[in-house]
Amino acid sequence: MTMNNNAARRIPKTSGGVDKPNAQIASKLRALYTSVQEEAIPDRLMDLLEKLDAAELNAGRPVRD
Amino acid sequence: MGDDMEPGATNFKREMLAVLPSLRAFAISLIGRHDRADDLVQDTIMKAWAKQDHFEMGTNMKAWLFTILRNELYSQMRKRGREVQDSDGLFTNSLAQHPAQYGSLDLQDFRRALDSLPADQREAIVLVGASGFSYEEAAEICGCALGTIKSRVNRARQRLQDILQVSGENDYGPDAVSAPVTSRAFVS
Repeated sequence: MTMNNNAARRIPKTSGGVDKPNAQIASKLRALYTSVQEEAIPDRLMDLLEKLDAAELNAGRPVRD
Repeated sequence: MGDDMEPGATNFKREMLAVLPSLRAFAISLIGRHDRADDLVQDTIMKAWAKQDHFEMGTNMKAWLFTILRNELYSQMRKRGREVQDSDGLFTNSLAQHPAQYGSLDLQDFRRALDSLPADQREAIVLVGASGFSYEEAAEICGCALGTIKSRVNRARQRLQDILQVSGENDYGPDAVSAPVTSRAFVS
């Protein structure tokens, strides 16, 4: 797992005075980003990845007949 | 070199897949338009794949991919001139095409404000505030000093605050960007 870096520094949510301008901006920014992140990955990108990976697996196989 | 832990998919692919949603969100926040952003992500995937020997498994794949994407964007911009960077109106277009994609009106306002930031400030605040990178990582991704990233993030926050306080008015023009202090004065 290489993600621990990022997970570790998740910004702690302060309870209470949420309407501090910076906190508002931070939470809107995350909400916006999350909404895009949750969109389905377009097929063409998934297909590309599949193709690259398939090529890789084939090329990497010592089996060649 | 790599020993495959699972048949049917390389580790490289699985790690890349895990980063893809965030990478794409980053691209969209830089470019504004979904189609262009997806082109950029596609170019990034190909670049990264070609360079995968340079990547050490177990290090930060996410930061590595973000760096490639950003370098790719800026090199394309150099080739095409300012065309890509000119984000004025991009959000508006994007909104018109995908009105449902940005959720609440509130978020749409926010997105508009974000798009009006200078590119360097926008990417800095997105990397640190949304993509989940540390200031250090963001500095590395952007190829600049830590202090530079910190000041970009601070300026971005300041501008967003200023812009959003006047966002009740529908227009955000060059004024909202170039004279946030003046705009602020109108509210208080």
